[in-house]
Amino acid sequence: MCVLRASDLAVGYDRQPVLKNINFTIEAGDYFCIVGENGSGKSTLMKTILGLQNPVSGTVEFGEGVEKNQIGYLPQQSDVQRDFPATVYEIVLSGFQNSLGKRFFYSKEQKALALENIKKMGINGLKNRCYRELSGGQQQRVLLARALCATSRILLLDEPVAGLDPQVTAEMYELIDDLNKQGLTIIMISHDIENVKKYATKIFDVTEVE
Amino acid sequence: MLDKLMMYMAFPFVRYALIVGVLIALCSSLLGVTLVLKRYSFIGDGLSHVAFGALAIATVLNLTNKMLIILPLTILSAILLLKNRKNTKVKGDAALAMISVGALAFGYLLMNLFPTSSNVSGDVCSTLFGSTSILTLTKEEVWISGILSIVVLVIFVLLYNRIFAVTFDENFANAVGTKVDFYNLLIATITAIIIVLAMNLVGSLLISALVIFPALSAMSVLKSFRAVTIFSAASSVVCAFIGIIISILAGTPVGSTIVAVDVVLFLICFIVGKIKG
Repeated sequence: MCVLRASDLAVGYDRQPVLKNINFTIEAGDYFCIVGENGSGKSTLMKTILGLQNPVSGTVEFGEGVEKNQIGYLPQQSDVQRDFPATVYEIVLSGFQNSLGKRFFYSKEQKALALENIKKMGINGLKNRCYRELSGGQQQRVLLARALCATSRILLLDEPVAGLDPQVTAEMYELIDDLNKQGLTIIMISHDIENVKKYATKIFDVTEVE
Repeated sequence: MLDKLMMYMAFPFVRYALIVGVLIALCSSLLGVTLVLKRYSFIGDGLSHVAFGALAIATVLNLTNKMLIILPLTILSAILLLKNRKNTKVKGDAALAMISVGALAFGYLLMNLFPTSSNVSGDVCSTLFGSTSILTLTKEEVWISGILSIVVLVIFVLLYNRIFAVTFDENFANAVGTKVDFYNLLIATITAIIIVLAMNLVGSLLISALVIFPALSAMSVLKSFRAVTIFSAASSVVCAFIGIIISILAGTPVGSTIVAVDVVLFLICFIVGKIKG
């Protein structure tokens, strides 16, 4: 089953394409990697997929039955987060914001699921710790647990191992691979081609389409 | 001292000042946490200058209810400033400085060109530093401030989870379908309302202090968003209360006394935070 299809897609800013002639289809259960050098337009492509900006031309569409609130996203860290006073649990729980609907507060089930996802990512001991005190690898696990609260189908990851040391990078890849084996469709941006080749089922190299 | 306090409390305008002061302190500190974390602190500062300019216009027009002009103008500026953050032609901080200083200059100019009382510099001073205005509130103004404060409080509590989500990670929120632009607009609007309300209490130059200090105090000692929010609100209320009482007893200007108490608390929290590590 197709979960995402790009046809003759061009992405860029102010109608100036950075990348064009993009064509790909992502099937359910794929481990799809978008690779390329820094500044090659990978992040622009990801933003377009997420609907944060409009395509310059062409289309990118989620498959039938894929709703916006079934997508999980692991963004790159921002400055705001570095000194943010929030516990791991608070952050993971916020992953459910897309299923709040018309309610104002999170339900008991959602709180229980958040705790489960924290355990799943192996950070149960950290759940009441402050986010800004964690190491880079631990922070990524927190954000991954949050992404899992937002989705059970598609996970988009933007450079998930950027700035992590080799040991932690390897663990992160294992974690993502496990999620893929459990049925999650993975869409990942990376410039770490070596590692990507080991895990990905499809690789899309942006430098080949220009 | 207690006798003196009781004597003052017998006056309705002192009680009004206390009620309104505490409510405004509560609202501004709640929003302060989000504004500081989103790096919006300066928007609060800029808006307070706009509110000063708007007040000057309202004074010159000799309106009985000045809020009718001040509130819409300040909200409009808040929305414009927020939109401008994405506009690359005029940089966000430069646009802010422009609006902020421009409003201050025009406000003072207007008050000088069309003086409504013989003591222009006294008027200007009290709008900038709120020295006496809180004690001259009318019953109507107390009601408006009270109702608006409660509205802000209810909105904040109900939208707490969404405000957290939008504050912590706009990109994620956007990606999973939360209406980030709407919430940013809402935050800007509420900020504008609070600033207009707080102008009565501390004057337009000192408003930012009410927004920033309680949040910063809380952040230097606490580590969860909920705890930071609650501590910020509670400490702001206590500081406002103590500040107003001191100003009544010692005859000091209300606004600067409250801010001074806020600063002292911040210093204490900062040192405690450093010691705790």
